[in-house]
Amino acid sequence: MSHRVLVNPITCEAHGMCAELLPERITLDEWGYPIIDDTPLHGSQVEHAMRAARACPTFALLVQKERAPRRERTPARG
Amino acid sequence: MSARETTMTEIRHSHGAPAADAPPALPRLLHGIRAQGASTLAEHLALHGPLALGGSGGRRRHQREHAAALIDEIELSGLTGRGGAAFPTATKMRAVAGARGRAIVLANAAEGEPASLKDRTLLETLPHLVLDGGLIAAEAVGADELIVCACSSAAAGIDAMEVAIAERADELAHTAHAPKVQLAIVPSHYVAGQETALVNFLGGGQAKPTFTPPLPFEQGLRRRPTLINNVETLGHVALIARHGSSWFRQLGTPTQPGSTLVTLSGPVAHPGVYEIENGASLSSLIDAAGGTTARVRAALMGGYSGAWVAGERLGGVALSKEHLAPHGATLGAGIVLLLSEHACPVAETARAARWMAGQSARQCGPCVHGLDAMADAFDAILTGASGARGMQRVEALAALSTRRGACAHPDGAANMALSALEVFAAELADHARHGPCESCSRAGELPLPLRPLDAAEQEPAA
Repeated sequence: MSHRVLVNPITCEAHGMCAELLPERITLDEWGYPIIDDTPLHGSQVEHAMRAARACPTFALLVQKERAPRRERTPARG
Repeated sequence: MSARETTMTEIRHSHGAPAADAPPALPRLLHGIRAQGASTLAEHLALHGPLALGGSGGRRRHQREHAAALIDEIELSGLTGRGGAAFPTATKMRAVAGARGRAIVLANAAEGEPASLKDRTLLETLPHLVLDGGLIAAEAVGADELIVCACSSAAAGIDAMEVAIAERADELAHTAHAPKVQLAIVPSHYVAGQETALVNFLGGGQAKPTFTPPLPFEQGLRRRPTLINNVETLGHVALIARHGSSWFRQLGTPTQPGSTLVTLSGPVAHPGVYEIENGASLSSLIDAAGGTTARVRAALMGGYSGAWVAGERLGGVALSKEHLAPHGATLGAGIVLLLSEHACPVAETARAARWMAGQSARQCGPCVHGLDAMADAFDAILTGASGARGMQRVEALAALSTRRGACAHPDGAANMALSALEVFAAELADHARHGPCESCSRAGELPLPLRPLDAAEQEPAA
């Protein structure tokens, strides 16, 4: 079972903790919002990702287990 | 290019003769519509015959079998959603039918795209066809509620649907297991019709998208499985249930069967809503609208989240997924915006980009900042302030806006911007270097209401 990092873009407030704690996966855009590499995490990165998720002040960072289907994006207009 | 020529009916001039038989060709949805106002229940029944809600009277097992057969028939028809995403309708229905809990059906006419008029047209002219489709969908997924969601700016459509629901009250009261039918009025901004925004709003929240999962088909309104179908999709469902999937497939292409409503605007004699066969040529659509009144510089296909296609490439374009794909375009919710040679494409794109930025729900940082910055970047190109870097800036911002929002609104804005970079490369470079052109000061051609999100939110939602 592999893990991926994702962000809830609605609750994210660009505190930037995630990029500090998981720089191998997360960089920040020019406004401070995370740009995430959402390919499966390597084994040793999972614990770091979990720590970053716990440190997020708005709990916007999520570590998702691979078995669940990847987040489906809904169309802007139904 | 093997575009199939086809006849089209302009709504205002349509006089289909009433007949209970299936109309073999076009128009289908718009068959027999009145020149003005909505078809009454009596007119609707004379044209289409009564709706046989087959499973409703029988035993539970019979109901389930009937529901499964309905979905099978829709699957055979190949019907895809007409709200813009073109998702297979039967797949969506089956997912809702299989989810835990009593389902709800939303008939989506929350048409926030200013370049689309087809949903409000259906409410205004054919409310009973929409209701038929909604009732069939409710039967197919075992729903006990049907909510028609109308855009607050569609006053005539709201009135017509209110009357139509009242006209059906008797019939529904005497039908076992008929769903409760309601009308909801949804704010008119762009993202209000997005599925999660609709669920959010009807649940008492704002008409803004939410972060998924769960998706509405699993847990939607009041945490119940929720089927959300565009009202045009439901109109097709109503006809497929009556005439069958083979009839539906007599028109269209093998991968995109049937007909589609298209809103055509720009320099044509009669802009408006037309029903076309999927795969029909763009030129046949323009002919049906009385031809062009000016040379066409470009077309914005699919609306403001769509893609620009250069005028010189439009000649051979057919209106189907396959034919539009090489142009990086789709029909979206059935939208073709033509731009005349008199308009400045850079100024029009800048206006469109600013409008899309204003339509952000302002929830997700990359959308709030990215779309504003993208509109600023186009303005800087337009005024000659950006220099050659302006286009690189747009490209970088488009990348920063893609796949980073809770919904696809920023993706749509980025898509439109990137297509402008390609199609209007020369004009953009010229403006970036020399500033505004002679056409820049003209009034905008694209239909863009000045309707900021906050103002829309304050509209009364009755």
